[in-house]
Amino acid sequence: MTETTDAGRQATAALSGAAAPAIELRGISKAFGPVQANKDISIRVMPGTIHGIIGENGAGKSTLMSILYGFYRADAGEILINGRPTIIHDSQAAIRAGIGMVFQHFKLVQNFTVLENVILGAEDGALLRPSLAKARKTLAHLAEEYELDVDPDAVIEELSVGHQQRVEILKALYRHADILILDEPTGVLTPDEADHLFRILRGLKEQGKTIILITHKLREIMEITDSVSVMRRGEMVATVKTAETSPEELAELMVGRKVLMHVPKAPANPGDTVLKLENLRVTDAEGVDRLKGVSLTIRAGEILGIAGVAGNGQSELLEVLGGFGAGKVTGRMEVQGQEVVLAGHGATGQTRRARGIAHVPEDRHHLGLILDFSAWENVAFGYHGAKDYQASGLFMDNAAIIRDTEGKMERFDVRPPNPHLPAQSFSGGNQQKIVLAREIERNPVLLLVGQPTRGVDIGAIEFIHRRIVELRDAGAAVLLVSVELDEIMSLSDRIAVMFDGQIMGERLPAETNERELGLLMAGVAQTKGAAE
Amino acid sequence: MTKLPTWADLVLVPFISLLLAAVISAIVILAIGGDPIEAVTVMVDGAIGSPYGWGYTLYYTTSFIFTGLAVTVAYHAGQFNIGGEGQAQLGGLGVALVCLALPWPHWSLALVAATAGAALFGAAWAAIPAWLQAKRGSHIVITTIMFNYIGAAFIVYMLVEVLRPVGQMDPASARFPEGAKLPNFGQIPGLDLIFSNKVPANVSFFAAVAACFAVWALLWRTKLGYEIRAFGKSESAARYAGISPVKVIMLAMLISGGLAGMMAINNVMGESERLVQNASEGAGFIGIAVALMGRNHPFGVFLAALLFGFLYQGGAEMGLWTTIPIELRLLLQGLVILFTGALDTMVRMMLVPFFRLARGAV
Amino acid sequence: MDYATLIEVLGSTLRLGTPLLLACLAGLYSERAGIFDIGLEGKMLMAAMASGAVAAMTGSAWLGLGAGIVASLIFALIHGLASITFRGNQLISGVALNFVASGATVLISQTLFHQGGRTPPLTGDARFQAITLPGAEALASVPYFGPFYAKVISGHSLLVYIALAAVPLTWWLLYRTRFGLRLRAVGENPESVDTAGVSVIGLRYTAVMLTGVLCGIAGAYMATSLQAGFGREMTAGRGYIALAALIFAKWRPWYALGATMLFGFLQAIALRPDVIEGTLHMKIPVSALDALPYILTVIVLAGFVGRAIPPRAGGQPYVKER
Repeated sequence: MTETTDAGRQATAALSGAAAPAIELRGISKAFGPVQANKDISIRVMPGTIHGIIGENGAGKSTLMSILYGFYRADAGEILINGRPTIIHDSQAAIRAGIGMVFQHFKLVQNFTVLENVILGAEDGALLRPSLAKARKTLAHLAEEYELDVDPDAVIEELSVGHQQRVEILKALYRHADILILDEPTGVLTPDEADHLFRILRGLKEQGKTIILITHKLREIMEITDSVSVMRRGEMVATVKTAETSPEELAELMVGRKVLMHVPKAPANPGDTVLKLENLRVTDAEGVDRLKGVSLTIRAGEILGIAGVAGNGQSELLEVLGGFGAGKVTGRMEVQGQEVVLAGHGATGQTRRARGIAHVPEDRHHLGLILDFSAWENVAFGYHGAKDYQASGLFMDNAAIIRDTEGKMERFDVRPPNPHLPAQSFSGGNQQKIVLAREIERNPVLLLVGQPTRGVDIGAIEFIHRRIVELRDAGAAVLLVSVELDEIMSLSDRIAVMFDGQIMGERLPAETNERELGLLMAGVAQTKGAAE
Repeated sequence: MTKLPTWADLVLVPFISLLLAAVISAIVILAIGGDPIEAVTVMVDGAIGSPYGWGYTLYYTTSFIFTGLAVTVAYHAGQFNIGGEGQAQLGGLGVALVCLALPWPHWSLALVAATAGAALFGAAWAAIPAWLQAKRGSHIVITTIMFNYIGAAFIVYMLVEVLRPVGQMDPASARFPEGAKLPNFGQIPGLDLIFSNKVPANVSFFAAVAACFAVWALLWRTKLGYEIRAFGKSESAARYAGISPVKVIMLAMLISGGLAGMMAINNVMGESERLVQNASEGAGFIGIAVALMGRNHPFGVFLAALLFGFLYQGGAEMGLWTTIPIELRLLLQGLVILFTGALDTMVRMMLVPFFRLARGAV
Repeated sequence: MDYATLIEVLGSTLRLGTPLLLACLAGLYSERAGIFDIGLEGKMLMAAMASGAVAAMTGSAWLGLGAGIVASLIFALIHGLASITFRGNQLISGVALNFVASGATVLISQTLFHQGGRTPPLTGDARFQAITLPGAEALASVPYFGPFYAKVISGHSLLVYIALAAVPLTWWLLYRTRFGLRLRAVGENPESVDTAGVSVIGLRYTAVMLTGVLCGIAGAYMATSLQAGFGREMTAGRGYIALAALIFAKWRPWYALGATMLFGFLQAIALRPDVIEGTLHMKIPVSALDALPYILTVIVLAGFVGRAIPPRAGGQPYVKER
């Protein structure tokens, strides 16, 4: 493999006269208002290599790549492509410069076919027919060359996520991209699909393409990259050869200090069964089965973690349990031995809260908070009918809510501790603390919590994890949904793995490993301990 | 983009929007051979230059407060109610039926009953579009517009076939009984020192002011208001919090329709004292401009209604005393909606450099 | 209803359906590109006034048509400015422009002609005259088909045939050309277009301009063909009905033809209370007939007859993600 890489390098070197980097960034800076997203960033990526860029959420990785793809203009700095200074003021310029981008959220037209998506913007003439015919041929070639086979006539919305990603890669290759940027490409893939992707990337590298891989997963960096740059808070803190570093070193560079991988927690002391779920099935409005007979139990003082790749029914599970499931729902739900209406009349967020079920939703921006509302209005959100928030007669007791918010902000260390600020002016971690304070301070018997630390800074992650464990120790049952396997492993007392709307199996954290869970997440059923 | 200070957003942006609309109107006046200065003089003179003018200005203000509040309540629930016109027409029918039902002994009793009738009929006319939006996802903007046309046809039918007294030619109801006559500003002790009893402004003005307080309390002090505002900001989050979309859309639209209907106590009961065709004269539509200009806050609505009362009365005087057609009002109204509701970003962008400069100077 | 009456009703169905069809296709371009346009009504009204006025002054229906298109384009441009460039509320912009049109049309025609906001009646070349298609007279004696050809197919103004030709043309443009592919993409997912290096703003402005042209033709047809001159509020909600027809048609050109002709048929029979009474054997109040097209619009919107998924990016201004 090293030989072909060297060959590719030599070829490029022969063209440009010297071994110019495929991409060189010099002193790139970009600010959004007062937030400095990128600070004086310089990197060099040699042709025919895979270069990783790793960093926490919000470290500035995506901003940097958006500048390279012409989505944003840098405030300062210079971009050189194959040694030539290049001004990239829009996507068209980036495409001309040979840059292709695979975004984290695919930019595909859902009701178009694969072919239509591939030619969009790269048509050969005013009429579609010739372009489509040409694209069909090219796609057949590419499919053979790089294991990139997709049915050219399939409609995007009917394709799996992995296939949709291949369409994005095909789009870039169809536009003759020599430099391919992939932003968090494995976040939505099963380990199996991710392996396939890596095979494709290696194939591309062998053909002399340059690849930039943006990720926050250390494993991927170690597995596939040749060199890696670490970003932290908008700055490039190091660039190293992958072979000469270790995951521990990278983690430390990313965070700026030693990471606490394990939450200190005592062994669970489970009590009576709190949640009992039998054969839960959900069919959505389009007739797709989202949950296919989920059964599980959680006892008091226990955290059940649900692992799985995003989109395998976890969101639907939380929504139904939280009282706002959509579509056709069947099955049986019991809380503390009493049946709870699953869906339809009598199943609302209000009735759930009345039964002691609290919910920290996966998406705090679209579900958990009203961003335009002030912090105190958000503290009342969902509990706006609570007795302690009502004044006499018809009115709400706003003063009482504000007082309560002040207390919560102090106990949860929300900064700035001003209840009148709109929710959108708080950082992700502080927003999540507001949601968490609201949901756990009423001593729920069951806490539903989805992606508790998504988009949350390191300091707040520890705080949030500790609070969840404290709630467990106080005797609550906790259902934890997370796509971060680390989080599931370190917090859960039991782990259930979801795939395609089903529980593939349950494991104890001490008796399993990432490899076994990964197989379950990919839908590979094991002989022992299938769903109870 | 630099953010503007809150006060600029609340006060300066509407003011500049109004200024832009006025400048364009002035250009139009010049283009059709009129004199903008003369137009303004006639408007000011006719609308606020005399107690008589004020009597009309406040009469229009009363109607616009009701329809502006109607748009405001629906807007906070994320619904754009363009059906205020039809709801106001139907409110008129409610008022007429109540007033003609009994030989009312005193205007105060009649007013309470007529207000209820007006609100009920207005709310009923908003109910079907609301239900269709809540249950079937039908676009409420188009359905409410359709209900304006259907309402107009319905009123014509009622006037021609049902309410018209035998022997009367014009399509209108009978005159309301004496006991259903509301005192105007010239007949209210204290105010009669200023106003003559020929002015149309009447006690329903105070009902409109009370409605401003009621709407404010509803939106910012009650559980229902909280749910309306939360739903209007984020439907998905409201569902998470257990707020029923159907309940919020229905209640907000019923309240909205009720408020629009209630304007009929001003024009039908307080002024014409019988139901005629097209009684609301576009006040339902002006409510949109009033709500946008008033930044969807009851206090802002009050001020904007006052402004539009001035423009309406002034415009009428202008149509009377100058060669400028009265339809200039409609143009101005459209421009105000355009600048405050759709081009507000442009207005903000125009202001930003000034604030940058000011900050730089400090 | 005998055959002769049916022929008459169908003939006026086509005449009354034409402005709806043009407006519906106008809306189709906008909404397919992701821009809501409540302001079809105002654009038609402006175009009707401008074409009526210019045709009255010059005596040329063609100049009238040109003026109508220009007037409509100006309004389309303002709507584009508000909803594309300044990312304003598209609903409010449309509603506002409808009010501006209501005011401006009367203001201008009153200033020009002093006839209570009307334009003078148009005669001769100031109107688009009916065209007799070849063979209409020869075939007139053929039973059933003859009268149908002569009175339903033949005998309309040129603008009617332009509207009918716009249907296959729109279909071809939408599904067979590069422009159509990009237009449909920008209404579904503007990011896909932007990342492919195609201008979202350019595409959306083009769509809005096409909307302007078609609304212009629709308005000109109202004033110079369907009727002989402009009268205040003469569009009478046709812009809104066209929007309902567009939803009914699931944003597809051929369906739009069917939907608008259905509404045209309703308007045609609403003009013939005698036919309705003869058919139903009961008296229907005139106001109920007036309200009929609007009631049907509500029923269509209620989705009791056919439901469809609108373009996904409809109504949302395009902002590059932060």
